[in-house]
Amino acid sequence: MGGTMMEKILSSHGAGDCRPGDEVWIGIDNRTARDFAGASVVANVEKNGGAKPIADPSRTFFTFDCNVPANTIPYADNQQTIRNFARKHGLKVFDVDAGIGSHVVIENRLARPGSTTVGTDSHLNIMGAIGAFGQGMGDVDIAFSFVSGRVWFEVPPSVKLVLEGIPGAGAEAKDVALTILGRFNHHELLGKSVEVYGEWVERATLSDFITIASQGTEMGAVTILFPPNRNVLDYFGMTEAEAVYADPDATYEAEYRVSIDGLKPLVAAPPNPNNVHPVSQYSDVRIDGAFIGSCTNGTLDDMRLAAKLLKGRKVAPGVMLKVVPATRSVWRTMMKEGLIDDIFEAGGIISNPGCGGCASGQIGMTGRGEVQVSTSNRNFTGKQGAGDTYLAGVGTAVASAVLGRIAGVGELEGV
Amino acid sequence: MEKRTLVLKGRLWVLSRDGELISDIDTDMIYHNAHLAVTDVSKMGQYAFGNLKGYEEFAKQARPGDMVLAGANFGSGSSRQHAVDCFKALGVQAVIARSFGAIYKRNAINSALPVLEIPALADKAFAHFEQVEIDLGTGTLRGPSGSVQGKPMSGVARDIYMAGGLFEFARGE
Ligand code: SF4
Repeated sequence: MGGTMMEKILSSHGAGDCRPGDEVWIGIDNRTARDFAGASVVANVEKNGGAKPIADPSRTFFTFDCNVPANTIPYADNQQTIRNFARKHGLKVFDVDAGIGSHVVIENRLARPGSTTVGTDSHLNIMGAIGAFGQGMGDVDIAFSFVSGRVWFEVPPSVKLVLEGIPGAGAEAKDVALTILGRFNHHELLGKSVEVYGEWVERATLSDFITIASQGTEMGAVTILFPPNRNVLDYFGMTEAEAVYADPDATYEAEYRVSIDGLKPLVAAPPNPNNVHPVSQYSDVRIDGAFIGSCTNGTLDDMRLAAKLLKGRKVAPGVMLKVVPATRSVWRTMMKEGLIDDIFEAGGIISNPGCGGCASGQIGMTGRGEVQVSTSNRNFTGKQGAGDTYLAGVGTAVASAVLGRIAGVGELEGV
Repeated sequence: MEKRTLVLKGRLWVLSRDGELISDIDTDMIYHNAHLAVTDVSKMGQYAFGNLKGYEEFAKQARPGDMVLAGANFGSGSSRQHAVDCFKALGVQAVIARSFGAIYKRNAINSALPVLEIPALADKAFAHFEQVEIDLGTGTLRGPSGSVQGKPMSGVARDIYMAGGLFEFARGE
């Protein structure tokens, strides 16, 4: 009997012939921890690890991205605890300069199609973008993976999601993600491994997949897996034979068809990411700020789009536009290509790479009553501050910043 | 090591609003991100449900041995272990819900905080503060108001719980 992508990746990492519901032990290629839960991982390893606490130091590392450089003493303490531990055991730290851990892991080709990665970041299932297994777990699990190189995992049921058609002009991968969020209430995909197919999926870019996979957590899914297409294989210099795909006779619990044909820009209004409506429905909402970045929309492609749309335009008076590249290498390319200049001249604030807007990151939070359009992935109360957050794509964020109210990219003059 | 049993008795905290069990209680409502830098488990109890409307006083009123009952998708959101450890710190014995966020369920099992999943749980099946009994082996919740059948705890999850946690389990392997 054939396997789904999830079943085949788990099988190739020691799970044997596995089926949904089985609890299996799997070998983990990359074990990571980030700055906040990292200190608890360290504490757990020190308490439980014994004489030789790290299974394989070359595959075990830390990524600092939540609060970079640390702007509270507890975060600074935690980061220093981690650095000391890492020095002692010869582990690599992608320190406060590096950027969002999950992106750093992909950029350095540490995770590759078909591989397994775990870490303390709940958005590590972003690895679905490259057709790989990634899971965020708590610090006990991650400490255990540091010590033993493995984790237990309940094989999730797989469902197939076919995206029909091609999005319309001005729509981005983010709008595809919002379509999925709006179409399913988050209990339908809860606990599922979602494999995505369709005409658009065959030609989309790696950053498109990153944008969608990074919101698997909000969709309730275990992961959103994209079978690697040409663009993804080329990024890793791999052939199809080296990646993992579902067998033709794989069994799925359900198959869904969702049309993205002629899709127009969308927003998720407060208070949750499933509250999705056309941008046009909110065109009288005035905004105080816009945020472009996060693991969802902080890639070089996102920055290029933002800069292209901002070039020669100005952010509306009284509106803050915050731009946070995902990684240091994205930042560097932005500098070389003059994108920073375009964003600066338009009136944007550009910060060092990292998570930025989430979990009290370096770009600040919103105050009570403040309205923000954000390319991030969560608009739950309190997540990006006390204000109201509307989730949207880069084009919508730029157009809203320039016009001072929620607006689609098509409303910008000359676009 | 603490002795584990599959049958637990305690007082039930029914988390409800307008007569319905509250669903989608996320990790920020259970343990707000403002307190993430806390690493000492004994200091986490005071923040439990500090951001869940109507239950801000939970940490002050909960008693060791209490169990928590909620709707669907309990513990969705981030991977923070704090959202499990805050209950352990208060001596909360078990969390019962229609369903759980996947990461939350793992964290709970690894810390030997039993979670009982009962998809068929009706909104008003149990009364607030009623004395109940759960049997993790059979997946049953029972009290003066009645009895309802959930998912039995089995396999690796049960082994880890009985051992008292993930590392304890690995040491005994
Ligand atoms: S950007 Fe936000 S959601 Fe993404 S990894 Fe960072 S903290 Fe998590």
